[in-house]
Amino acid sequence: MTRVLVAMSGGVDSAVSAALLKRQGYEVTGVTLKLWGGAQDQGCCSVSDVDDARRVAQQLEIDHFVFNYGEAFERHVVGPYVEAHASGLTPNPCIECNRHIKFDALLDRARQLNFDRVATGHHAQIVGTENGPRLSRGADLDKDQSYVLYMLSERDLKMLEFPIGHMKKTEVRELANELGLRSASKPDSQDVCFITASEGRGRFLSERLNLHAAQVVDIGGNNIGTVDAVELVTVGQRKGLKLGGNVGRSYAVEVDIPSRRVVAGSAQDLLSETVELRDHFWTGPEYQGSVAVQTSAHGDPAAAHLNADGSVQWTQARRKVAPGQAVVFYLDDAVIGGAIAC
Amino acid sequence: MLPYLTEHFGNPSGAHRMARSSRAAIDDARDICAAALGFDPHGIVFTSGGTESDNLAIHGACGAQGRAICPETEHHAVLYPVEAHNGCFVKVTETGDIDLEHFETLLDLDLSIISVMLVNNESGRVIDLEPIADLRDRFAPQALLHTDAVQAVNWLDVAAAAERADMMSLSGHKFGAPKGVGVLAIRKQVGITPQLLGGGQEAERRSGTHNTAGIVALGAAIQCLHESRASEIERLGSLSTRLAEGLTAAIPRCYETVPRSHRAAGILQLVVEGIESEALLVLLERHDIMASAAASCASGAMDPSHVLAAMGFERAAAAGSLRLSLGWCTEEWEIDHALEFIPKCVEQLRGNS
Repeated sequence: MTRVLVAMSGGVDSAVSAALLKRQGYEVTGVTLKLWGGAQDQGCCSVSDVDDARRVAQQLEIDHFVFNYGEAFERHVVGPYVEAHASGLTPNPCIECNRHIKFDALLDRARQLNFDRVATGHHAQIVGTENGPRLSRGADLDKDQSYVLYMLSERDLKMLEFPIGHMKKTEVRELANELGLRSASKPDSQDVCFITASEGRGRFLSERLNLHAAQVVDIGGNNIGTVDAVELVTVGQRKGLKLGGNVGRSYAVEVDIPSRRVVAGSAQDLLSETVELRDHFWTGPEYQGSVAVQTSAHGDPAAAHLNADGSVQWTQARRKVAPGQAVVFYLDDAVIGGAIAC
Repeated sequence: MLPYLTEHFGNPSGAHRMARSSRAAIDDARDICAAALGFDPHGIVFTSGGTESDNLAIHGACGAQGRAICPETEHHAVLYPVEAHNGCFVKVTETGDIDLEHFETLLDLDLSIISVMLVNNESGRVIDLEPIADLRDRFAPQALLHTDAVQAVNWLDVAAAAERADMMSLSGHKFGAPKGVGVLAIRKQVGITPQLLGGGQEAERRSGTHNTAGIVALGAAIQCLHESRASEIERLGSLSTRLAEGLTAAIPRCYETVPRSHRAAGILQLVVEGIESEALLVLLERHDIMASAAASCASGAMDPSHVLAAMGFERAAAAGSLRLSLGWCTEEWEIDHALEFIPKCVEQLRGNS
């Protein structure tokens, strides 16, 4: 019998994934990752989420384990998240967690333990092509998570299953209700799991980082205001810049941490023709030419050209991408790779 | 214990006949415990288990102002209360013994309590309380000496081993009583501040309706233990030594964490380099071997062992810790089974990584 390890976050998507696999006749084992021991009121993988996952596993009569990846999470996700802010970048910790924990450490562990497959509850699909398996958008485009999974290699995709990737979220919830799963009506998780809604990103970072006030200048270099913590400013942000009364609607265009300076400009100043990229990852062969490019988890993809030097040339000028953000390349609905904005 | 869940259901604190039969059973259990532990019956306080006993001892001795110390290798039921009282942690040696030189530097006339466990729950290391009590008498004579004997009670004559201790914690489920009942044994002259206030049970030291059936069971279990302990130590000591010898011989880069001469008979902790115990436990379970790595945390995940860290083990080595426990129901064939499958599972993990 095929042995599948299902990563169960405690939410409804992974619960239904486990249920579907069991129904299909797999030998299913659930696992919940314990990643973060600090304060938490949302996101996945807290102690109460472990409880929820365990209760669902009991309901499905499958074995359930908890793996503690707390140290790896600190090393690969939380630490780099703090360092990125210290150097003026806007990191995406969920992507780093996928890259280093869920689809590295956990896949390795599954291979060690002779599991044939690993499944998660992500809204994404794996399609077979003549060139090998490719990651594709989830059927529910509003919930599509292919962006945060762009780092999956062919080897990873061969081992993975996304059992609910072909379903709409409403269908997932309906099925959960039908099966009487305890997490059927549990709300979706949205935010970074180690940052609480009540205290926020600023409070979290202030405990691990010295935050510095900074000058805000206009494109011409004239002082037009201040900001409380330059490390918290993201390119493109409008809120939080304390500008004089006669300054028009302005956005952070550039963040300069060493000189403690934020350049603010109009929406026009924020536009850019290109995105410089680093740390490219390709699912299959490297690619140049026309692609659709997505620059945030739920952003709309836009037409662009991938240049030989690895940069993105927009078909029409777009808002600057904050340095540190992931930029993911699609051909139709299939992910062909991604990189990090410089 | 079953009659105390049915016909003898009276609340032992009541004044009527039904209460009296429950009360008598608790008093009998108290006498049995006192004799087994070497304490006066008036000093036996029944609690909900080891954690409560440890907390009562430390919070109870410190009150609002007091200060506590303990070795770094204690159970968290001691570590956290000690921390809450401006506590300092005593270093341990690489074999898990108390670093007496460091211990001495932490002793002063302001100290309220010293808590040192008799047998470590993870490593099985046996600690001699004599030199600790000697140093206490010289440099901090006012400080109480408490010992967490939760693991020790199966493997040592605790009455003798804790003769110099002022307080001792036990947990019923470690020796055959059900979960949810324990003891804090307190010497006659020692006063502590109660932590649970209410009906004044247990001579005002621990309010709350008695867990009659649990207490009766604890008394019966400690009686059985007292009678069988010596022969069980001999039987299980030789089984665990065979297990240790067999595993360290069959598995390369696998060793015991404490010297055999100072290890409790039924606790065997190994470090298996190059593997993660979390993965090993999953494989062992497939072969019906239920083991542990270090201490469990609230989520059911394994936390890195603070005991091995304190003993100076590298983090990577400590990640491969394996704790095998033997008890009265352990039989010869189970050792054979473990010797057959544990090396195979380790080999599988090393081969697949």
